[in-house]
Amino acid sequence: MIHLAAAAAGGFATPHIRYLAILPEIVMLGGAVMLLAVASLVRRSLRVGVATAATVAVSLGALGCSLWQWSDVTGQGAFTAVDHAVVVDGFSALVNVLVACAMALTALVGDGYLRREGADGPELHVLAMVSASGAMVMASANDLIVVFLGLEILSIALYVLAAFNHRRAASGEAALKYFILGSFSSAVFVYGIALVYGATGSTNLAQIAGFLSKTVLSSDGLLLAGMAMLIVGFAFKVAAVPFHMWTPDVYQGSPSPITGFMAAVAKAGAFAAFLRVLISSFGLLRTDWQPVVYALAIVTLLVGAGLAVVQRDVKRMLAYSSINHAGFVLLGLEAATTRGVSASLYYLFAYTFMVIGSFAVVTVVGRRGDAAHDISSYRGLARRQPLLAIMFAVLLLAQAGAPFTTGLWAKLQVVLAAAHGAVPLAVVAMVSAAIAAFFYLRVAVLMYSPLATAGETPGVQSPAAEPQALFSAGAPGGEGTPAAATAGSAVGATTTAGSALDSAGAASGDGATSRTLWTGLERSMAGIARINAALLLDEEPGRERMVGDAPPSPAGTGPSGETGVDAVDATGAVSAGPAPVPLLTAIAVGLCVGVTVVFGIWPAPLTSFAHQATLLFFP
Amino acid sequence: MLHAAFLVPLFPLVGFVVLLAFGRRIGEPVAGWIGTLAVTGAFVSAIVTLAGLANQPAGARTLTCSDACGTGANAHSFFTWIAVGGLHVSAAILLDPLSMTMCMFITGVSMLIHLYSIGYMRGDRDFTKFFVYLNAFVFSMLVLVMASNLLVTFVGWEGVGVCSYWLVSFWFFRDSAASAGKKAFIYNRIGDVGFLLAVFLIFSKTGTLTYVSIFAHRHLLSGGSITAAVLLLFLAATGKSAQIPLFNWLPDAMEGPTPVSALIHAATMVTAGVYLMCRANPLLAMTPDAMWVIAVVGGLTAFVAATIACAQQDIKKGLAFSTVSQIGYMVLAVGSGAYVAAIFLMVAHAFYKGLLFLGSGSVIHGLGDEQDMKRMGGLRRTMPWTFATFLFAWLALAAVPPFSGFWAKGLLLANVYSKSLPLYALGLLTAFFTAYYMSRIFFLTFTGKERWKDPAPDGSPAHHPPHEAPWVMRAPLVVLAFFAVFAGAANLPWVHVGTLADWLAPVFGHRLFDSHQSAGEQVTLAVVDGVVAVAAALVAWGLWRRTANRPALEPRFLQRVWYWDNVYDAVIGRPGQALARMYAVVVDARIIDGAVNGAANLVRATGNGVRRVQTGFVRNYLLGIALGLAAVIAFMISRTWWS
Repeated sequence: MIHLAAAAAGGFATPHIRYLAILPEIVMLGGAVMLLAVASLVRRSLRVGVATAATVAVSLGALGCSLWQWSDVTGQGAFTAVDHAVVVDGFSALVNVLVACAMALTALVGDGYLRREGADGPELHVLAMVSASGAMVMASANDLIVVFLGLEILSIALYVLAAFNHRRAASGEAALKYFILGSFSSAVFVYGIALVYGATGSTNLAQIAGFLSKTVLSSDGLLLAGMAMLIVGFAFKVAAVPFHMWTPDVYQGSPSPITGFMAAVAKAGAFAAFLRVLISSFGLLRTDWQPVVYALAIVTLLVGAGLAVVQRDVKRMLAYSSINHAGFVLLGLEAATTRGVSASLYYLFAYTFMVIGSFAVVTVVGRRGDAAHDISSYRGLARRQPLLAIMFAVLLLAQAGAPFTTGLWAKLQVVLAAAHGAVPLAVVAMVSAAIAAFFYLRVAVLMYSPLATAGETPGVQSPAAEPQALFSAGAPGGEGTPAAATAGSAVGATTTAGSALDSAGAASGDGATSRTLWTGLERSMAGIARINAALLLDEEPGRERMVGDAPPSPAGTGPSGETGVDAVDATGAVSAGPAPVPLLTAIAVGLCVGVTVVFGIWPAPLTSFAHQATLLFFP
Repeated sequence: MLHAAFLVPLFPLVGFVVLLAFGRRIGEPVAGWIGTLAVTGAFVSAIVTLAGLANQPAGARTLTCSDACGTGANAHSFFTWIAVGGLHVSAAILLDPLSMTMCMFITGVSMLIHLYSIGYMRGDRDFTKFFVYLNAFVFSMLVLVMASNLLVTFVGWEGVGVCSYWLVSFWFFRDSAASAGKKAFIYNRIGDVGFLLAVFLIFSKTGTLTYVSIFAHRHLLSGGSITAAVLLLFLAATGKSAQIPLFNWLPDAMEGPTPVSALIHAATMVTAGVYLMCRANPLLAMTPDAMWVIAVVGGLTAFVAATIACAQQDIKKGLAFSTVSQIGYMVLAVGSGAYVAAIFLMVAHAFYKGLLFLGSGSVIHGLGDEQDMKRMGGLRRTMPWTFATFLFAWLALAAVPPFSGFWAKGLLLANVYSKSLPLYALGLLTAFFTAYYMSRIFFLTFTGKERWKDPAPDGSPAHHPPHEAPWVMRAPLVVLAFFAVFAGAANLPWVHVGTLADWLAPVFGHRLFDSHQSAGEQVTLAVVDGVVAVAAALVAWGLWRRTANRPALEPRFLQRVWYWDNVYDAVIGRPGQALARMYAVVVDARIIDGAVNGAANLVRATGNGVRRVQTGFVRNYLLGIALGLAAVIAFMISRTWWS
């Protein structure tokens, strides 16, 4: 008792808190709490618009604080605060900027989603803000305990958000899976912290680094085991293979705007801490952890890309694609150089805008009920909603790494960083990018294909259409294959330049082929459409699915006790009318596309931003 | 005042964006006026910039962007475009007398031709689209000439190429226009490969792409590589400027609307190759061998094209070969080190050739799209404005004293005379043909019997009486005629201060070929030029004043362009097609498709295999995580044993 009293009197227990250093976090979390308080105090339930406006305002405030931190750091250098538990450097400022942007965009997308689903109240926004503040804490953590704190703030809010759409069983299932697996990984992470503490006597990142630089451990088994557990904990959060298995189910089941948020913010926060812990604390042990990250990167790249190819559900496909992206960010980590870190940061930045934009489009196309995510829902989108389709196409191409988008520069930089030390890894990355390009293009092409004619349900086409024949449709005589002709004439029938298309195939090809650029474009599109038709054929009965989505066994007897049937038929025919695009969602998508394209054509500012952030890395 | 340089390319860019976004809503004719206004803005900005540059002392007239952009007073950079590793490319402007001279006549002539197009394209279904392309073209052309480094020049180079493609096949519903556009594009691609290879070579040797730094570090390019780099750049120039061996596309490009022929395929774009050579003059100076190649190619092109022009029936084709020939002269001058003469001829040529095309456009317009000179004649009575302005342009191109062409070509030939006597003889012979074919075109069109009143031999009916063009088309004719007559005043041989040569001297410096000719020599050469031109014009007057029917003077060999296309077809075209067919049937269908299908099947099969792991059961996922964790820990622990 005496001891405690003395400690309290001496101020030993309460470190000096420099609130300005954690201002973005405070703004974000405080905004969430205020919004929740106001919502519970007003008599009627809060309108969605009000909550959205408040959230955007709070996010912009946090953005402003982060930018202020940025200018502060560029002027005076990095510093630690709150008893060295928190660090403010270029790295944390950049990630905070990123998270704040992501939060604002998610609020805009979420607004349309809530109105469409008839939900009201500020819960979605509040939880998302709490989660975002967790990501910010992770980004500026300088202590393993603080990292864990951020991780839990981030995750617990996300568990609830995943279950937000309580009308969909899939949503509940996703949340439960995420929760169980997340708890498991958190436990592993905490265990890792404990072991590292045991080995080094500190949880402070800088002190760990200092300890390792001064001490030669006679037996470092404890430390390495702890580090392995930390890596696994992070790998789970960033969805690296083989710790990724929750990702497709959770991404598919969560409400679409939340999926985008999760893909962007959770990944950004977790990667920020991952990079900081491994590079600044365990930088001296890089020869120990680099092989692990190397292996993780390879399997993540390949499994992410390979499994995305065989998906029919676009959300699931994007989930695997985000796994693939995580593999690319791991490349920068594996390099463990300044260049690698800045490449990873740049990648995260580019990825955030691409993925939030993509899931915003998915939200819109999902329609009321947020269930129309089968790839067939995208067929002919360009005809119904040309602007939406072109934006989605740009975002998909950016994810594939096409020129004139940030995606290209992101991939280029991580691959260059990896190529400095790990050439095979760079090669694998490029191969996986090639595989990945396929499924992005597949959706893009489908959007520019005509709607299936009556009686022809998507995926059920002439059985005579063997993929082999379809692939060779470009060669002379390829037009003769029945299914190819079907695909070709289907394109022709509904396009204005369609007649040119058919005649171009028939004529010897000199005058007709050079008609217009557009005709050429449509021809190549038609070619890919044929490949696509071939792939859509490939639908086996036992395709991968969530348990709750369309269970093979009767309802109620699902293997993991889920309720099973949800009354949505995802593969059903799509109604022809355009899906309504709320203005705010359109603005969000437009912003994402804008960032992606503008900084894709003019990459210098963002690359130097990321580079500077890395140079200001603390210490 | 120098900051107005930013506005020069910006105006057409804004015009392009506005017309692209709202053009269809704005419609005819306002869209045309907006396009014209944009280019006028560029012209005014160019004048302001020029005035600012002229205020600088002569030695300080090269304003560039240093590699550390954004610092210093002379940093004319918009932004850093690419920064990857050692490659650092700024979107920056190089302001010097050469680029400003180019800007002046590009914007000036473009402005007039935009105005003219409002009348010429009236009623066209794609009226606004035409101006979208035109503004895009002017922007690209300005980027090309104002760029401070090779890569940005290349952006402009490709930009003008694609605009040329769009505009040549502007009436793409005509098969001939569509394939002409394709031909132009493919020929230019061959040149572009040369450009890119030159860029790679120069970057690999000097590590920079900025002109100023390249020239500063040009000693790093050793003997072989400097010749290779210059010749590769020259290959690019032969594509863009229609020189042997890549000249055949230009006559076909006349399928485009006539203002396009005037602007792109006479006045501006086709001179880009000459500009590039002049820009690279410090490199050229290091390799006399390459200079000889350039001079000979230019001289031959001038001669060959001039002979072909003597036998053309289509007025625009005749003028097109004339353009090829005139650019050949410019290239000859470049090869002789007479850069000022090349630029002088380029400027004068822009005026009179632009005028000739616009005049021919006026005739074609008046006669209801008739281009065959055999069905014209006697138009001087019905189209007096066109006749009068065409007259001046004819005399200028024929190099009859004292019109602009005489001074430009006189300076050029005088320089070539000192460089090499055989080349001078070739040039003089070409000058004779030049005056002859131009006079032939003039007489066939404007004098003699009014053949358009008769039905054509192939049965098409007689034309309606032609009408004079509206004022928007006439005004540019008059302005250009003024310059076609008086542009020679920019560089009169007996004036030494304030001339074009004086103005351009900082760019070329001592590298400029100095002929050291005495006054007597100069006068003699000038008299020879004048006599040749007048004699050729008189010959044509005797032959073509009254009749249009002299088959003996139009041999098939010349009409078929020295069988050049046939040779290409036999040597490259047919074997190429055979090869392509082989690739399509064997390599593509069997090998490549087989590999693609195989790879796709492999990925799909693997994916299907792996996804069986993804069962949907949490317990299986947990097992996965646990196994992964075990593997990672096992690896880590094993490290302790090894180490």
